[in-house]
Amino acid sequence: MEAIKDKKNLQVVINAGWCKSCGICIDLCPKGALGRDNRDKAVWQYPDKCIRCGLCELRCPDLAITLQEAEEEE
Amino acid sequence: MPVKRYLRQRFFPQLWCAGCGHGQIMASLIRAIEELGLQKNNVVVVSGIGCSSRMPGYLDFHTLHTLHGRALAFATGVKMGRPELNVIVPMGDGDASAIGGNHLIHAARRNINITAIVMNNNIYGMTGGQSSPTTPVAAKSTTAPLGNIDPAFDLVELAKGAGASFVARSTTYHSKEMQNMFVKAINHKGFSFVEVLTQCPTYYGRKNEGVSPTEMMKKFATTTTSIGSPKKKENPELIERGVFVDQERTEYASSYCEMINQMRKQK
Repeated sequence: MEAIKDKKNLQVVINAGWCKSCGICIDLCPKGALGRDNRDKAVWQYPDKCIRCGLCELRCPDLAITLQEAEEEE
Repeated sequence: MPVKRYLRQRFFPQLWCAGCGHGQIMASLIRAIEELGLQKNNVVVVSGIGCSSRMPGYLDFHTLHTLHGRALAFATGVKMGRPELNVIVPMGDGDASAIGGNHLIHAARRNINITAIVMNNNIYGMTGGQSSPTTPVAAKSTTAPLGNIDPAFDLVELAKGAGASFVARSTTYHSKEMQNMFVKAINHKGFSFVEVLTQCPTYYGRKNEGVSPTEMMKKFATTTTSIGSPKKKENPELIERGVFVDQERTEYASSYCEMINQMRKQK
């Protein structure tokens, strides 16, 4: 159970400056947690659906996605 | 995974087309190097010309961008001069098997400790979508608008036949598998050849399937199978993935060093 708790701390961070809107992360996300913003770039739209599997990070051809620890809340 | 540590970030966003598989291969290579814990200073990446050969520009190792097809020749020079370095050569399918075809077979024959990565997208992307030696029969390209009639090279069979001591194949859909193969290939003492099937949505995709990069990637899941899988018997058309050859043979740079030492003793 602890492993799952740890994973909840992870965040999908997308660097919009590097994203080329190819849609690979959105189409291959097993839970449909990613969407597009008004510029067609990928965004982490549904964090509740996300299981933090990291497939988007592995498959992003632009190296724009990172699965990282959430910054500490103020 | 701190991928960014290994990048020359001033060159980003990179110039590859949206959905191009070369970026995925670069990311897997970086993860493999991170997994192996190699020092940046001990890695040399050598490339020729083509889309694939843009990779050394983005990687923060020692890098060389050389002549078309001659990457393995330059890499051989680097390895002979500094055998302790890890030499990695990313090449395109045309760069490796057409323009540099002879360098490939002779590097494999010599069994020099270099990791050759061939990114096979079945077409010449940078120059405008001409047929390459790996374009399948009936596939369309700029130079074969009615369909290609040349039988395609099977690069894995070519490398096996030329005597490479490590031969493997993976695809951009199977990122983790690709990363594991890079790890094995870099660890291997001898010539290691890894073919990665990748998508060129701009030229190959547009002229043939006319589908999104994702659809092209998904096709790799359905048109390939692991070595020894029973699926291959049912459908012989499937392309096999995995490690085909992994054997120990005398390495070229080490036998060269041995010869130098013997000559020194004789003096």
